[in-house]
Amino acid sequence: MIIFEKPKSLADVPLHYCPGCTHGIIHRLVAEAIDDLGIEGKTVGVAPVGCAVMAYDYFTCDMVEAAHGRAPAVATGLKRAMPENIIFTYQGDGDLASIGMAETVHAATRNENITIIFVNNAIYGMTGGQMAPTSLPGQVTQTSPYGRDVQTVGYPIRVSEMLAALDGPYYIERVAVNSVKHVRDAKKAIRHAFENQVAGKGFSLIEVVSSCPTNWGMTPEKALAWVDEKMIPYYPLGVYKDKDKEAGEA
Amino acid sequence: MPKVTFRSDLCKGCGLCVAACPKKIITLAKGKINQKGHSPAEVTDPSACIGCAFCATMCPDCVITVEK
Repeated sequence: MIIFEKPKSLADVPLHYCPGCTHGIIHRLVAEAIDDLGIEGKTVGVAPVGCAVMAYDYFTCDMVEAAHGRAPAVATGLKRAMPENIIFTYQGDGDLASIGMAETVHAATRNENITIIFVNNAIYGMTGGQMAPTSLPGQVTQTSPYGRDVQTVGYPIRVSEMLAALDGPYYIERVAVNSVKHVRDAKKAIRHAFENQVAGKGFSLIEVVSSCPTNWGMTPEKALAWVDEKMIPYYPLGVYKDKDKEAGEA
Repeated sequence: MPKVTFRSDLCKGCGLCVAACPKKIITLAKGKINQKGHSPAEVTDPSACIGCAFCATMCPDCVITVEK
């Protein structure tokens, strides 16, 4: 009996990602959620600009490619025009938290019934490792060779905490994919985000703390350890907003 | 008996499965190179496999299939 195989919603093609890049794990978790809920035929994904720009080659559901950062706006249009379909976006930190911040915040505050998978690896991956809004204080990148100086470029943005302060969004959780346990928790969170949309509940965003071995200049294994040592203390994991629970407490 | 199958042609030799395996029976094949130019992961002692699927859980490229 097969207990683990490639999900059906992921095409049988090699991924272009660097060795050890956790984008592959997150792609698989999204595809597993689509498979589990049996929604492949009516799901439409929105690919970002960034390393995941070619996600439309990997997911077997319909895909749209949005302009840089505009995925939540495109997803809003798709969902409003086709409310029966399941719409998700898959965005990195440069896409969602920098150029696309306005679209993200306003989609959240409108409680659009979409699912956003937000991959936070604290760097611009595709363009060669520049400082991102989520780069950690002191982190060395191509554009912060002496480390991120918070006096001149400000502090990293904690997207989950920031969006959770709004009244609009339905569900916000931060997960990681740097260990077997964290991957399993992430799978549950991503599935829950899709379930919320199927049930018509509203805006769900899952922030996935990820790694970028190539631009961090580390081996894949060391990069996952760095996630534990540096990323998770700055970006604590957990559920930041869940209106199911809020309704239960009220 | 648990059985893991690696699709060596897709493996990028990142080694995340090697680190995840609790039985330490996965290595990157020395002296072997796949068509992508990486040394693919392989199991040294298939009989010691417990079928936990930790390797497959951490594999970013869906290289591994686990049967039990």
